[in-house]
Amino acid sequence: MLTLTHFLMLSGVLFAISIAGIFINRKNMILLLMCIELLLLSVNFNFIAFSRYLGDINGQVFVFFILTVAAAEAAIGLAILVVLFRTRSSINVQDINSMKG
Amino acid sequence: MGFVPPEFGPAMAEVILATGICLVLVVDLFISDRRRGFTLVLALATLTATAWFAGAAGSEGEVLTFSGSFIADPLARVLKMFTLLIVAVVFVYSHVYLKDREILKGEYYLLGLFATLGMLVMISAYSLLTMYLGLELMSLALYAMVAFDRDSPVAAESAMKYFVLGAIASGVLLYGMSILYGVTGTLRLDDIAAVLAVGESQRPVVMLAAAFVIVGVAFKFGAVPFHNWVPDVYHGAPTSVTLFIGTAPKLAAFAMLARLLSTAMGPEALAWQPMLVVMAVLSLGIGNVVAIAQTNIKRMLAYSTIGHVGFIFLGFASGLPEGRQAALFYTIIYSIMAAGAFGIVILMSRRGFEADELDDLKGLNSRSPWYAAMMLMLMVSMIGIPPFVGFFAKLYVISALLNADQVWLAVVAVLFSVIGAFYYLRVIKLMYFDAPEESMPLNASFDMRILLSLNGLAVLLLGLFANPLLELCAAAIN
Repeated sequence: MLTLTHFLMLSGVLFAISIAGIFINRKNMILLLMCIELLLLSVNFNFIAFSRYLGDINGQVFVFFILTVAAAEAAIGLAILVVLFRTRSSINVQDINSMKG
Repeated sequence: MGFVPPEFGPAMAEVILATGICLVLVVDLFISDRRRGFTLVLALATLTATAWFAGAAGSEGEVLTFSGSFIADPLARVLKMFTLLIVAVVFVYSHVYLKDREILKGEYYLLGLFATLGMLVMISAYSLLTMYLGLELMSLALYAMVAFDRDSPVAAESAMKYFVLGAIASGVLLYGMSILYGVTGTLRLDDIAAVLAVGESQRPVVMLAAAFVIVGVAFKFGAVPFHNWVPDVYHGAPTSVTLFIGTAPKLAAFAMLARLLSTAMGPEALAWQPMLVVMAVLSLGIGNVVAIAQTNIKRMLAYSTIGHVGFIFLGFASGLPEGRQAALFYTIIYSIMAAGAFGIVILMSRRGFEADELDDLKGLNSRSPWYAAMMLMLMVSMIGIPPFVGFFAKLYVISALLNADQVWLAVVAVLFSVIGAFYYLRVIKLMYFDAPEESMPLNASFDMRILLSLNGLAVLLLGLFANPLLELCAAAIN
């Protein structure tokens, strides 16, 4: 029998994976964008689990908005990535270090 | 059961702004690059019309609309008026800068207006959903603005950093909101407060939610330890965008702080006050000490922002209404001072020359005594020397801390202000006592000269007559 705890644990694990992915990843910028998507999805999981548990529809409405915003966010992230690639011909995370101080 | 349309009156400012944005979007398509100034005029007209309606809403106390997820109250009114004012000033300052660099596109004003719409929604947000949507509308427009100068490698890099860190912060904030929703079963801020006030919800879970929410808020403010993006973004973005990011969004972030922490989680204040205190002290320390080591004026002002955020958080963490009033006062004053300081940086730059190194300020007095005096007043106000308004901003925060019996926090605040005085005084020394490295006259449009002078004089006049603004802040938070 699946309970609320199982869903919250899954969502917590997804959240941790995405945060760890962002900080451990030293190679590819695309992976960062994927981790950000995963982060938002873990939140969605939380909202849906709570919404079902509480019998309240608002959480599911919230999820629809998060999905929409995530799409817009991915579009802007990829656009910035394209600009970055045009100016430096690299999307390696380690090359993004021209500013210090 | 029929559909009852919501009351649009309290949200009229946002409706007008959204309509104005659509109008600017279409009109801008038919304007040639030479006549781009017309877009600025249209944008300013939109802001004026919005301010008219923002001033009308909320004058009769609190009004809720959209099923209680949107509020028009005195706090929203004050913050909206100053946000719109500062955005208008920023637009005027940016005009010549963008034209000189041949990036004067209508998109700058459009993205700026969209970000403003996001800020207004944040300021009036009364449910977790509207808060999140306003925040994202503002942030997404700001990410794009940072990358606005497409051929600049540093701008693209700082945009990427801002985007990734901002997206993480939004995600963490959302996670906190989801836990808060799970604990209380509602998205409305006043209902959340009502459930928390009963005190049956589990304390550790509420603290967890508070921690996640505070991470999101602290990121938007740029408080230590979530400040890493601030120097890089301020440095890498075109100065006109730095000016935008450094000023108006702080007012929206204040609204977020006030609504999420003091309205929704007010009953659990003991859970989040210590976190705020720790971040405030760290921000004061790191902001003021690291600023000394900077040679780039935009980076220096970035660290100075971090230091000022420490003060805003301290006022808030005192837990008294007068502390929150002092924090509101400080936020408004800070955005006026920052607009002036970045305005001077824009004034000194010209085509092919950014003027963003501290050495570029050398001998400003012999090149233009008037603007050197303006910069002097802004810097002295940021240090907090009477009779300039920065002094009163700091004074009210510190007196609130003393009234809350947090003497050691007041001592820490004063100590770090003294340390911070060093790098502001260095700017003054460079302007007045060093020989200029170049003799090019400053070029600026007439409207920018007038506004920048008013901006500089405002820190003096608001200092001499601080009471009206203070009463406004007191009426906004009670």
